[in-house]
Amino acid sequence: MTNITKKTSPTISGNQGLKLEEQLIFEQDNPGISGVDFPAVDLSKNHLGGLLSNRRIGLPGLSEPQIMRHYTRLSQKNYAIDAGIFPLGSCTMKHNPRLNEKMARLPGLGDIHPFQPFETIQGALTVIYQLADWLRQLTGMAAVAMPPAAGAHGELCGMMAIRAALDHRGEKRLRVLVPESAHGTNPATAAACGFQVDPIPANAKGTIDLAAFRAKLGPDVAAIMITNPNTCGLFETEIVQIAKDIHKIGGYLYCDGANFNAIVGRVRPGDLGIDCMHINLHKTFSTPHGGGGPGSGPVVLAQSLASFAPVPYIELRAGQYQLVENAKGTNSLGRLKAFHGQMGMFIRALTYILSHGADGLWQVSGDAVLNANYIRACLEKTMSPAFSGTCMHEALFSDNFLADTGVTTLDFAKALIDEGFHPMTVYFPLVVHGAMLVEPTETESLASLDQFIASMEGLAQIAKKQESLDSFKNAPIFTPRRRLDETTAARNPILKWSDQQKTAKSDAT
Amino acid sequence: MRYLPISDADRQRMLAKIGVASVDDLFNHIPAAVRLKKPLDLPHHQGEMEVERHMTALAAKNIGATKASMFLGAGAYNHHIPAAVDHLIQRGEFLTSYTPYQPELAQGTLQYLFEFQTQVAMITGMEVANASMYDGSTAAAEAVMMANRITKRQEVIVSSLVHPHYLAVIETHARFGGFKVASEPMVIGREEKLTKMIHDQISCVVVQTPDFFGNLHDFTELAKACQAKGALLIVIVTEIISLGLLKSPGEMGADIVVAEGQSLGNALSFGGPYVGLFATREKYIRQMPGRLAGQTTDADGKRGWVLTLSTREQHIRREKATSNICTNSGLCALAFTIHLSLLGEVGFRRLAETNHARASLLASEIGKIRGVSIINKTFFNEFTVVLPKSAKITVDRLASYGIMGGIPMTRFYGRQLELSHVLLICATEMNTENEIESFAKVLRKVLND
Repeated sequence: MTNITKKTSPTISGNQGLKLEEQLIFEQDNPGISGVDFPAVDLSKNHLGGLLSNRRIGLPGLSEPQIMRHYTRLSQKNYAIDAGIFPLGSCTMKHNPRLNEKMARLPGLGDIHPFQPFETIQGALTVIYQLADWLRQLTGMAAVAMPPAAGAHGELCGMMAIRAALDHRGEKRLRVLVPESAHGTNPATAAACGFQVDPIPANAKGTIDLAAFRAKLGPDVAAIMITNPNTCGLFETEIVQIAKDIHKIGGYLYCDGANFNAIVGRVRPGDLGIDCMHINLHKTFSTPHGGGGPGSGPVVLAQSLASFAPVPYIELRAGQYQLVENAKGTNSLGRLKAFHGQMGMFIRALTYILSHGADGLWQVSGDAVLNANYIRACLEKTMSPAFSGTCMHEALFSDNFLADTGVTTLDFAKALIDEGFHPMTVYFPLVVHGAMLVEPTETESLASLDQFIASMEGLAQIAKKQESLDSFKNAPIFTPRRRLDETTAARNPILKWSDQQKTAKSDAT
Repeated sequence: MRYLPISDADRQRMLAKIGVASVDDLFNHIPAAVRLKKPLDLPHHQGEMEVERHMTALAAKNIGATKASMFLGAGAYNHHIPAAVDHLIQRGEFLTSYTPYQPELAQGTLQYLFEFQTQVAMITGMEVANASMYDGSTAAAEAVMMANRITKRQEVIVSSLVHPHYLAVIETHARFGGFKVASEPMVIGREEKLTKMIHDQISCVVVQTPDFFGNLHDFTELAKACQAKGALLIVIVTEIISLGLLKSPGEMGADIVVAEGQSLGNALSFGGPYVGLFATREKYIRQMPGRLAGQTTDADGKRGWVLTLSTREQHIRREKATSNICTNSGLCALAFTIHLSLLGEVGFRRLAETNHARASLLASEIGKIRGVSIINKTFFNEFTVVLPKSAKITVDRLASYGIMGGIPMTRFYGRQLELSHVLLICATEMNTENEIESFAKVLRKVLND
């Protein structure tokens, strides 16, 4: 134990004021107690065959007040966008309007079953239709596939549509070009669709090296997957030429739309020559990240791929919206998911879009880019921007400014936690050494940006003085837990509570 | 715009710092030909009241479970969600946090994921579970691909009695992932002979209980047959409440269990977002898809939680990852785990008992109607009936009485099969005894009309 802990952990309970310790729910079991009331039922006559079991599952018994306390205490161990700036690059952690939540829970939207007769769900199908229409208009694309459950699922949808189109043409092309700066989901998706991944390097400006790209082209190339703006926070200015080149050899242009927030309402991907692009509704259109989902990843498709969209999709027949649920006899790539898509997220995204309108969305991308450039401009002398010139919605720094200080990007991020901020994305994209990718989004006020900048600048200066290396290496110290041992966690995985009884010796709480 | 805090005065100060004249100038490096010069010609922003009016009007065009009597299942179930669940998941610290990449700022999320994993392992009777998938159907496809990796085989048997959407998702992955799917043609009421289909090139056998028609199965013998040929047994559960009463897939010898977790804590919401459960044996953890929360210690030796075994995942392994999944169903998993924690051992069993009791009453009431026959020998809370009339027409008539009275099988299998009179019906704890009796009364009337 370090001195810091001795000084800050003097209590009998282990709690520290508002920092409350909380046991696992299984350690609070009071057998026989339940937080839900049901009358007893006689099952002496049943239809369960011989499968009725009397096994003890092992679920703990707690009353409602204990449950409220457990999860309230757990919530207090989380940082959140409601509490402060959450500048994770490529994640678009913007404000989540509460009107969205209210609308998703309306009777008639939250309580409808996916297999009701169409006449009883016309409003729901209208929600999907209206959202789809906005997405098509904002992207300038011919069609949109609504089912994908998240961004990576949307990638799967887009790459499968490309495979289906190639199959339709009777061509077997297996190579997919993926820039080295791409999200890991891009190569993972290409591989899941049976493609081989061929990486292409970035140039000194941080965008795709056009010459290297052209050198890779050939009759076996199925597609290129481009993130635009890319993960360095830069617009791929040659994208129109890249689209022409890939189309000339019979390939397709997939766009990862994770960074659509930077251009929403100002640039239409359809005008760039893109064949398909997924949109993360949980990024650009403000549906909450919820600690890791649920997301929603509709895919906009150009005419070249529109007929290969997955089922289901909505058709307007004789004034009534209907779902087409069966792919048989069509070009459709098939079904990607049970039911009809992430309806709860569609409601939230449509609510967000209607709240903003075309003028509001114009300001969204404008302010998102403004905020990122303000951070870049304020920090460019103290830290080291990875590339020169203005950026889009996120500012990328390398760890050059930490050279010879002994402080790593990780240490810097952990020190930022003690300052009361969620760190930026670190060590991504892979093309920049010790990368720090800062995406403030448009919903941060100038005061919030200034506070964040002051801490970043101050930490950079402290690091450069090389006087208090320990304060970085020991960080964070003001969190419920200090730096966690990820190596041991992976070497000796404990993934559930019963396992833990075997290794109770490590339990110090 | 109520969500945008930057004022014109702020903007001028910021632009001066950046050294450009206008926000539009920050977009100048984008080729002019593809840059819009002004907002699109679409509706402008609206206040909260106006948007609320618009959405409420759309909601009013639907008839949901609040208004109607709901007897629909088929993988999405109308269960009661305790008030505490929705309150807790809307706490901003849960709702508006991100995937726990910085564990020191996300111990709350990581601890509930660890508890979720434990609960999922307990109810499925398995050794380990992950931190959630998108839903049951995508979890099923991921399970098949995991089995293919483990066995290094590319042929899969899928029971014709699994949810047809799940089968379709597996088939989509087979088409693009380069593996083969064998399935018997679906014939209602016929026992499948899956054991005979297994040979030494089969990677896995995929089955479901309760199956899509509501029948219950014990797969113990099938598990042994799989093991004899080196194939894995994948068991799908679309109604997770059933595990409160039934022998678990783990006890039957399943190698992977995938399930739809919507029934606990998650609203019907027209089919999504839901939460996929994924459980398996400990020896396979390094082949699992998705995120895993694990226990560790911090710099002071205190117990804490992190995401672990991430060398399986796309952000580290890229094209060699076990799956491309990134964002999963965190908040739906939270709703699931809070609901199950509220229920506890006693409540979970009672909930399952109530479901079976209500479905049994429904079967008994409907079974009395002349010309109606129930196909199932066994069921949990859902069963299949043959009507003397078209199921689709009957269901549409029932809807006009405010009753969602089942799902016509033609919606899933088209018209080519002899299914036009076949209906899938479900009852849960939400259906009162009175409601069940009046459903039977109205059904009798509709069938006699």
